[in-house]
This record gives sequence, C-alpha cells and structure tokens, in this order.
Amino acid sequence: MKTSTQPKPKIAVWKFASCDGCQLSLLDCEDEILALAGSVEIAYFPEASRAFVKGPYDLSLVEGSITTPHDAERIHKVRRSSRVLITIGACATAGGIQALRNFSDVNDYIPMVYASPEYITTLKKSTPINEHVYVDYELRGCPISKHQLLEVLNAYLNGRKPNIVPRSVCMECKAGGNPCLMVAEGIPCLGPVTQAGCGAICPSYHRGCFGCFGPKETPNTASLSDWFSRLGLSKPAILQQFRGYNGYAEPFRKESEILEYESE
Amino acid sequence: MPTTKHKSAALKSGTIKVDYLARVEGEGALWVKIRKNKVVDAKFKIFEPPRFFEAFLRGRDYREAPDITARICGICPVAYQMSASQAMEQILGLEIPEPLRRLRRLLYCGEWIQSHALHVYMLHAPDFLGYESVLHMAKDFRPLVEEALQLKKTGNALMELLGGRAIHPINVTVGGFYKIPPVSAFRALGDSLKWARDAAVRMVQVVSDFPFPQLERDYEFVALHHPDEYAILDGRLISNRGLDIAAGDYEKHFEEQHAAHSNALQSVLKARGAYHVGPLARFNLNYEQLSPLCREVAESVRFTPPCCNPFQSIIVRSLETLYACDEALRIIDELEMPDAPRVSAAPRAGTGYGCTEAPRGICWHKYTLDETGHIQLAKIVPPTSQNQKTIEDDLFDFVSCHIDMPKEQLTWACEQAVRNYDPCISCATHFLRLDIDRE
Repeated sequence: MKTSTQPKPKIAVWKFASCDGCQLSLLDCEDEILALAGSVEIAYFPEASRAFVKGPYDLSLVEGSITTPHDAERIHKVRRSSRVLITIGACATAGGIQALRNFSDVNDYIPMVYASPEYITTLKKSTPINEHVYVDYELRGCPISKHQLLEVLNAYLNGRKPNIVPRSVCMECKAGGNPCLMVAEGIPCLGPVTQAGCGAICPSYHRGCFGCFGPKETPNTASLSDWFSRLGLSKPAILQQFRGYNGYAEPFRKESEILEYESE
Repeated sequence: MPTTKHKSAALKSGTIKVDYLARVEGEGALWVKIRKNKVVDAKFKIFEPPRFFEAFLRGRDYREAPDITARICGICPVAYQMSASQAMEQILGLEIPEPLRRLRRLLYCGEWIQSHALHVYMLHAPDFLGYESVLHMAKDFRPLVEEALQLKKTGNALMELLGGRAIHPINVTVGGFYKIPPVSAFRALGDSLKWARDAAVRMVQVVSDFPFPQLERDYEFVALHHPDEYAILDGRLISNRGLDIAAGDYEKHFEEQHAAHSNALQSVLKARGAYHVGPLARFNLNYEQLSPLCREVAESVRFTPPCCNPFQSIIVRSLETLYACDEALRIIDELEMPDAPRVSAAPRAGTGYGCTEAPRGICWHKYTLDETGHIQLAKIVPPTSQNQKTIEDDLFDFVSCHIDMPKEQLTWACEQAVRNYDPCISCATHFLRLDIDRE
C-alpha cells in the first residue's frame, strides 16, 4: 500500500483506431471506479475528462490499432511518456476487426466507403501496438473483461504479475459445467484454440466461441480446422472462423492463410 | 485542451479551437472562426481514423453482420445488432414473433439505460455544474455520482442477462437469440429496475434544475414512429415537416453531401438540408407515447414539447432513461416466453433495410446478399453523421449569440454544445473523415 505522503500513481488512457468499448470497460467498473480514482491520479482520459495532466505517466492503457501515419508517430510519444504501457483489447493486441483489410488491398477499400478518396490518409495495414513499440503487458478481448482489467491495474500498481492464465476457453466450460457444444451437438467452436477470460459466455448461451480473446498459448489450429471440416464446414467457411476479431494474431493468421492457399 | 491566450477578454477576431474534444466517444475537434465580431465558420471535425466496415463486410456470411457491425461502437452495440438483424430478416422474409420482438425491445431498453446514464451524469452533467469530469464532480456530489453508477449498472445487468455481456453482447442473432434465459432470471431484475426507475425520476428532477444556456433553433426533427409504442425497434420515419416514409425509402429522401466548407460527408435531407435525430427528436415527435409515469414526471418539472433548446436534451435523456426502466418493467411483468429462441430460413439473394433508434438517434443499415447469403454490399448510416451538420449550425448560432462571452468560458460552452448530441465519433468515422485545417 502507498502511504498518503507518496504521490499517487498517474494513469493515462489512450485511444487509437477502435470502438471505445475497452476504455468504456473502465467506466463500467461501477462498484470500483470511485475507489480507483481515489488511489490513483487519472491524469489523461479524454473519454471521461476534459482535464489533461502532463506526463510522464506511471501507467498507460492503450486501446486501438495503428492505421494512420500520424498514429504510427503518436504511439512512440505515448511510449516515451509511459513507465508501463499496457495494451487493452483485440484492436491494440492484434489489429482488431479492422485488420481484415490486411488480407486485401486497402486502396480497393477506400472508394467503397468514401466519396472523396483524396481526403483519406491511411496505412495499408491495421497493426497491433507491439509492432511499433515495446508493450509491457497485453490484455486480450473484444471487449476486454473488466475483472481482468482491474486485476492487471491492481497487479502493476502493486508491483506484482497479473494473475491471468493463457489457457483455453474449454477450461472455463469445464469449470462452468457446460456440456461441449462441438462434441455433443456438432456446433463449430473456437474454444479449444481461444484464450479464456470471457467466462465461456458463448457456449453458456448455446453458441460456439468465435474467438474474441484471440489465440491461447500454443494453439493447435490445424487440428481444429480438421475437426471443423469433419463437421461439414467448407474451407472458405473455416477460413472465416479464424479471420475474425483477432484474425491478424499470428496463429489465427497463419491458419487462415494455409486454408486460403489450400482453397485456391 | 482549450487554447486560452486572453483569458477574460471576449474575442473580436480569432478562433475558438478545441483540438481534442473530451467526454465524447471517439476523437473529434471543434473550430470556430470569428472575424470583426462575427462568426464566419464553424466546424465539428472528426479525425478518428477510418476503419472500412462497409468494405470488409463484403464476402462475409449474413449471420456475421450483427456481431461485426456491433464493433463499430462499444457504447451502442445493440443498435447495430438490431438494425443489421432486421435488414437480414427482411431479405430472408422472416417475421419475428411478438414474444421475441419484446425481448429485443427489453435488451434495447438496457442499452438506453446504460448509454443515457453514462452520458447524462458522467459526460454531460459536469459541464452544467462546472467540473472537468465526473470524477472531479464526485468530490462534491458523491451520493449523486454513486446513484448514477448504480443506474448505469442496472442497464448493464439487463444487457448481461439477455445479451451475455454489456459490451458487444453475444446472444443476438438474425431471427432472434441463441438462448432465452429462464423466466426467474428476468423476474430477479425486477427490484433493481424498480430502484432504477425511482433513481431516474430523481435524475429528471436534478437535471431539469440545471442552468441552460440560451439557444432556440428551428430544427427538422427526424425519428421513427410506431403506431402503438414509443418507437425503438421499428416504425416509419417521420419529421415535423411532413416526412413520412418507410425505412427502406431512406435513400430517396436523404443523401450524404460533400460540404465544401468542411470537407466532410454529412447526411442531409435532399429537400431541406440539415436535420436533427436523437432524444430531442423522439421527444418532440412521439411524446404522447411515453408511459403515463414518464409524462407525469415531465409535466411535474414543466417540461413538455415543443423543446428546441439542444442543451435541454439532457432532460430528455433522463426522461428516456425513466421510460426505458418503466418499459423494461412492463415487458418483464407481461413476459411471454417465445416458443423457440429464434426463427430461421434459408438464405436467398436480395436487398434489405434495417432502422432502429440508437440512444443517439436513428441507425440505418442496408445490405445486399447473394443467393448463398454472402454480403455483396453494405451501407451504414449512424446517428452522429446525421447530426454533424446540425452540430455545426448550432455552434455557428451559439457563438453568434454569445460573442461577448470571455473566450475560455465560450470555448467550454462550445464543447458543451457539441456534447448536447452525445456524439459518437467512433460510429460516425467508419465512413466520415475531416481533414484538419492547419492555417
């Protein structure tokens, strides 16, 4: 515990290309946010406050992916002003859903959406923060779990490692007593290759996992693809399973690229 | 952060500039140019990077649209899920049975409660009370802020029950839901919703006493209108100037215009230009359909239509929070469990439209599918891009009327004027982009 004579740690929340949902998770900590605000100084959090306190910051939370030349510069400034930098959510840790552009030519995309393509400044790829700067910790999820967010903040502010295990969603299903959807009902499920953290919500709602928390540690994606084809899914359909909210995370990316190659 | 060169002086010539607008969802800026004591230009700029949703939706399976489009906005994902599902159901020729439709409305009520509570107390109220943020406000108004957080939590609890989680719910699908929770789980929310309804009544009373800056504008209000209920999920698009169309005819009457003065794509009515969507539009057009309790509370604080002061939208958001609690309780009281969690049909080629009332206003979707159910074309018009031109017009008029206000105070009031619309820039930006004028 910090004593009252020590200054409170300064926290900053930064946004890049994203939906704002992960930083909303901080405001969704309805029972904890006032206590948190009492023990740290929330120095920079534009979504919540117009008061901006200058850096350096003890801890920065970074939401969103890098998609513009300006943001590719800005992230270096954020890194330089942060003692600890933690990325939150699939956009920041894997490029997000907008990284689907990485599998196409973005120049084909622009005129599909914008009437005046000349005003658009964008990079060819949407990339995770760790492709640009050193990241101290990556918190997964689309969106992140607010309980895991509190755990990570608590850990870093108290000088310990976060207690977050990179095991699979299957473990959460077993712990929660869910019958296996894939075994019992033949419903395709990314649970075996996806990192836990959501509490296996989808299987609990009778739906196959769709990979919000990204690849677990050492996932066997080839085996799961094989099981999916035994369930009757076509190669393009399996490809889309992997090419989703964390489609640019390496294990999922590689698997979808193999499937793409095999479908050609 | 406001730029302040002459702290107390009024501005005869110069610019009011806020480079990074706080307490909104996403990255935006505002810029007002004054010459010889007259406003000559007002811009609400969006510099959030583009994310190309309409492009990468092409080729995806129709069943993925609700989840993918939810990622446009973490604050109002249900709006996207509902509009996308509706459009797909139209293509497939699916009729949603009434019990399922009511559960969708219930989920939407949860989103209205959490989004409105967030905006009213945590993003907008600090402007009226003179605080930088809700956390600064909590030092003097702790019980009020605690109540606000609990109110927001009640909305989230409703979304967690029916949606699986509050941000990007997982239980919504084309045709209904993956799983319907047991009746007892709905009933268990009754007590907290009753508390929330009382808290929302207090919220209306608190915010209606706020000091409101003077601004009355002659808006064209556009909202959904349903014959039997305060429209959230469906209805015809109507306005106070005679518009009355089916959602599918949207493109015949509205267009995205390339405004030369701002380099932005802004939605306008082809016939009449800028229009206003969101709580104030719904309130002015559909007031009679609010619940009796809601109207009683509105009358008790002497706030009834017409209202054309955008700063008073905070009262409407509070009334709609009250309505959403009241409506959620009614739906749970009269709960009828559907026969199956969803209805389904084989995919087929076609074009469909969906339009629902997001907390910030109408969220319009259009999709074209091929015969295998893969998306060929997607078009999404979120509320903030529709309000963008109106926001700029408000800024222009507001600064013109208050040109003698000291610059620092005027800058803050301009921020507050933009926040009247609870602008969700993350939403708007998937197809909007404004280059920053660096003169």
